[in-house]
Amino acid sequence: MEIVLPVVIGSLYAMAIYMLLRRSLVKLLIGLGLLSHASNLLIFTAAGLTRSKAPVIPLAADQLRPPHADPLPQALILTAIVISFGVTAFALALAYRAYRSVNTDDLDQMKTTDA
Amino acid sequence: MIIFSVLAVFGLAFLAPPLCRLTKEKSGWWLAILPLALTVYFLSLLPGLARGQIQSISYLWSQELGLTFAFRADGLSLAFALLISGIGALVAVYAGGYFGTKVPIGRFYLWLFFFMASMLGVVFADHLILLFIFWELTSLSSFMLIGFEHDREEARAAAIQALLVTGSGGLVMLAGFVLLGQVGQTWELSTLFLRGEGVRASPLYLAIVILILIGAFTKSAQFPFHFWLPNAMQAPTPVSTYLHAATMVKAGVYLLARLSPVLGGSPIWLWAVGGIGAVTMVLGGVLALSQTDMKRLLAYSTISALGSLVMAIGIGSETALKAMVLFLLAHGLYKGTLFLVTGSVDHECGTRDVRELGGLGRLMPYTALGSTLAALSMAGVPLFFGFLAKEYLYEASYKAGALWLILAVLGALLNVWIALRVGIAPFWLAGSKEAELPKKPHEAPWSMTVGPLILGGLSLGLGAYPQILSSVLVSPALSAMAGKAVEVKLKAWHGINDILLLSLLTLGLGVVAFAIRNDLQRIAEQWTVPWGLDTLYRRSIDGLFRLASFQTRLLQHGYLRYYLITIVVAVVGITAGGLIRWGGGALPHLSLDLRFYELGIAIIIVLAGGMAILSRSRLGAVAALGVAGYGVASIYLLFGAPDLAMTQFLIESLTVILFVLAFYHLPNFAQLTPRRERLRDVIIAIVTGCLMTIFVFVASGIQIHPSISQFFVENALPLAHGRNIVNVILVDFRGLDTLGEITVLAIAGLGVFALLKLRIDQRSARAGKTTQTGRKGGDQ
Amino acid sequence: MTSLILRTMVRLLLPLLLLFSVFLLLRGHNEPGGGFVGGLMAATGFALFSIAFGSSTARRILQIDPLVLIGVGLLLALSSGLMTLLLEQPFLTGVWYKLSLGALGKLELGTPLFFDIGVYLTVWGVTLTIIFALEEVG
Repeated sequence: MEIVLPVVIGSLYAMAIYMLLRRSLVKLLIGLGLLSHASNLLIFTAAGLTRSKAPVIPLAADQLRPPHADPLPQALILTAIVISFGVTAFALALAYRAYRSVNTDDLDQMKTTDA
Repeated sequence: MIIFSVLAVFGLAFLAPPLCRLTKEKSGWWLAILPLALTVYFLSLLPGLARGQIQSISYLWSQELGLTFAFRADGLSLAFALLISGIGALVAVYAGGYFGTKVPIGRFYLWLFFFMASMLGVVFADHLILLFIFWELTSLSSFMLIGFEHDREEARAAAIQALLVTGSGGLVMLAGFVLLGQVGQTWELSTLFLRGEGVRASPLYLAIVILILIGAFTKSAQFPFHFWLPNAMQAPTPVSTYLHAATMVKAGVYLLARLSPVLGGSPIWLWAVGGIGAVTMVLGGVLALSQTDMKRLLAYSTISALGSLVMAIGIGSETALKAMVLFLLAHGLYKGTLFLVTGSVDHECGTRDVRELGGLGRLMPYTALGSTLAALSMAGVPLFFGFLAKEYLYEASYKAGALWLILAVLGALLNVWIALRVGIAPFWLAGSKEAELPKKPHEAPWSMTVGPLILGGLSLGLGAYPQILSSVLVSPALSAMAGKAVEVKLKAWHGINDILLLSLLTLGLGVVAFAIRNDLQRIAEQWTVPWGLDTLYRRSIDGLFRLASFQTRLLQHGYLRYYLITIVVAVVGITAGGLIRWGGGALPHLSLDLRFYELGIAIIIVLAGGMAILSRSRLGAVAALGVAGYGVASIYLLFGAPDLAMTQFLIESLTVILFVLAFYHLPNFAQLTPRRERLRDVIIAIVTGCLMTIFVFVASGIQIHPSISQFFVENALPLAHGRNIVNVILVDFRGLDTLGEITVLAIAGLGVFALLKLRIDQRSARAGKTTQTGRKGGDQ
Repeated sequence: MTSLILRTMVRLLLPLLLLFSVFLLLRGHNEPGGGFVGGLMAATGFALFSIAFGSSTARRILQIDPLVLIGVGLLLALSSGLMTLLLEQPFLTGVWYKLSLGALGKLELGTPLFFDIGVYLTVWGVTLTIIFALEEVG
C-alpha cells in the first residue's frame, strides 16, 4: 500500500487545488473537503503504515506489544477531521451569507463588494 | 533607592493628569516637587561617591536569558541624572507658566515625566538590554512631545521624523548591543568594563563600534543624522529645552562616554567618534549662519555642542574627558537657559525672529539677566562655566593635534556668534520698532523667570568656584569613563597662557563675526544646498509610501484564486527546492505488499474525487466527495486506526447533510473560467499533485527526530489509566490542545449560528436596497 | 423529505444512536471511541431526526438548546482541568480515584473522564447548532 497511497494523496491534492482555483464558491468548498482528506492521509502515511492492530492495550495485558499502529498521528488526525468539519460548516454558512448579500457566488464579482 | 527614583517618576507621569486637574494653574509648582527632591537626593549621593561608594541594585528578571533589572549610579550616571532631575524641575515649573491652562497640560506632563523617568533609566541602567528599552522609551516620549500640538501638520511630520531617525538608530544599536553582549559574555555594563581588552581584540569589534555609533549618532544628532534636531523645534519650547538641548540628545553622548572604557582607545574610535564629532561641531555652527529663528539657531548650536562632546570622547585623553564632563554640565546650564528665554520671548513678543527683536532688556529685565549670564557662559567669557569647559577642550585638542585645535576654535567661534545673536542682541541692541512686534512685550511671569535665573546664576557660580565640583562630581565621572580612579583639581583661573590667549582670540573673532552678521547671513544663504539630508529623508519616506501602495495594489488585488496560486506556487517551489537539496538520497525501501481490496479502495477514492470535480450537478459532486471520504475512512480502518475510521464515517455523513442543506439555498454550478485559465489551473494542480506524491514517498522514509509515540504507549496505562492510547493522548497527555480545539469548534459553531440566524440590523438593511432585491433574487 | 420509511427508521434509530453514543463515550478510554466520536454519533441521530421531522420537532425532543450544550461542555472540560489546581498541580493534570465495587471489580474515576464528557457535549452541541441553523435558514 505504501506505493499506492502517495499516488492517491497526490491525486487528491491535485484535485483539491484545481477546485480551490475555481471561481464558484461552492466548488471551492468541495476543494476544501478534498484538501482535508489529502492532508489527513498525508500525515497518516508519512508516519508509517502498518496493517497491525490499533494502539489499544488489550484488557488482559499490561502493555502494548509491537507491532501496533502509531497513536500520535491518529490523535492529530482525529482533531483535524473534526476541525475541518467545523471549518467546512463555517465556510458554507459564509458562502450562504455572502450569496444572500451580493446575489452571486462568483468570487471575481465578490471582490468589488466592499467598495 | 535608585530604582525607586525611576519608578517614582514613572508613577508621577501617570498621576500627572489628575493632579493637574486638582491643582489647576499651580500644577507646575506642585509637579516640580518630586524632581526637585530627586535632585537633592542625587546631590546627597555625591559625598559618598567621592569616597568611592557606588550605589547599585539588581533584580533577577529571567535567569535563562541573562536578564536582570540592574541599576547603578556612578559618577557619570549622576552627572547626567543631576541635569535630568534639576533642569526637569525647572522645566516643569516653567511649562506651567508657558502653557497656562489653555492646553491639555495633564497630557503634556504625562509625557514629560514619562520621558524623565525613561531618561533616568537610560543613565542608571547597568544592563545593555535594559538601557536599550529605556533608550527607545525616550524616543517614544520625544515623539509624543514633539507632536504635542498634533493639529499642526509640521509638528506631526517632525515628530515622525525624529521617531524614525532615533528609533531606527536605536534598533541598529540593539544589534550592536547583542554582538557586544555575545563577545563580552555579559549584558552587565559594570562587568563589561573589565573585559574591554577582549572586546577590542574580537573580530566583531568593528561591527560593534559601527552599529553602536549609529545608535548614538542618531540620538545625539551627529552628522549625517543631524537633520532631525532643527525640525524637532516644532515642539513646544519647554520640550525643546529639556529634551532637545539638555538631556535626550545627550543620551548618545552618555552612551559613548559609558562605553568608552570598553570600546575606546583604538584608532577607529578616535577617527570615527572624534572625526564625526569635529565635523558635526563645525557643521552645526556653519548651518546656523543662515538662520534667523532663535530656536533654530539654538538647535544648530546644540548640534555643534553635541559635536564637541562627541569629539572630546573620541580624543579620549584624560583632559578631553574632563572637558567632556565640564562641557556637558556647562552646556546643559546655558543652553537650557537660552531655550527657556527663547520661549519667554516668543511667549511675550509673539515672534522668535532675531531680526525683529531688540531692546527687550528694559522690558524683560529678569529674563534678560538670565539670558545674558547664559550667553556669556556660552561665549566662553572668563570666570563663566562655559569658559572653563572651553579651556579644557582647547587644551585636549591642542594635545591631540593641530587639526583638532583648529576645528575646536572654529566651532567655538561660531558659538560665540550664536550666543551674541540669541542671548545678547535681542535684549541689549536696539531692534526694529516695538510697535511692529505682534505683541507688546512685558516681563514673563515668575514661573518663567525662575528657571533662567537659577540656571544662568549657576553658569556664573560654578564657573567662578569650580572647586566645589572637582572631587564630588567631576572626579567620579571621570573615573567612571577612564575605568580607573582619577583625581581632578579644578580652578577658575589658570593664569595667562597660550590657551587663554586663544580663548580671547576666539571671543574677539566672534564679536567681529557678529558685527558683520548680515553679510555672513547673505553668504550663508547662497550656500544652502537644495538637496540636504532632510530632502533625502523626505524622498525616501515618500518612496516608502509609494512602494507600499504599489505593492498593496499589486498583492491585495482581491482575486482569491491568485492569492491561492501565489501560496500554492510558493509552497511547491519551497518544497521542490528542499527535495532538490536533499538530492534524492536513498529512496525508502518500498514495500510492494499490496492487497487487492486496498487497491480497490484507492481506486475508488481517486475516481470519487474525479467525479467530485467533474460533476455538473452539485449533489453529484457532494455525493462523490462523501464516497471519497468513506474511502479514506476505510483506509484508516485497514491500517489500525478504528477511532479515525469511526470519526471519519460520521463526519462524512454529516458533511454531506450539511452540503445538501446548504445547496438548497445556493446557486447551481456555473462554468465561469475561460478554457485557457482552466488549462493553467490544471497544470498547477497536476504539478502540485506530483510533487506531493514524491514528497510523501520521501517523507515516509525520513525520521529526523526519534518518535515520541513510545512515551505515550508506555505511559498510557500506568500514568493515565487508559488503554485506548489515542483517546488518552486526546483527553490527558495533550488535553490542553484538545481544550483549545473544542473551543475553536465552539467558536465555529457560534459563527455559523451568527451568520445564519442573526438578522441584518435595520441600519444595514436600509443602507442597501440592492441587498434586499438581491435576497429576493436568491430565493427564487 | 417526509418519506414514511425514513420517519419510521429514524424513530427507531434515534434512541439506538443516542445509547450507542453514550456507550462510545464511556468505553472510549479503554477501547476505540471517546468524546469526539460519541458526540458526533449523538448529533447524527438528531440530524437524521431533524431531516425527517423538521428541526422544530427535533428541538422539542432534545429540549436543551444546542448552544447550552456547547457552553456546558466547554465549562465541564475547563473545570475538569481546573480541579487539579486545588491539589496544586498543573492545569489539566489527570486525577484519579479508585472505587472498589467489591465483586464487580474496581471502578477508576478520573478527571479525564469529565474532560471527555465535556468534549462529547461540545461536539454534540456544535454539530447540532450548525445543522439546525442551516435547516432553519431561509
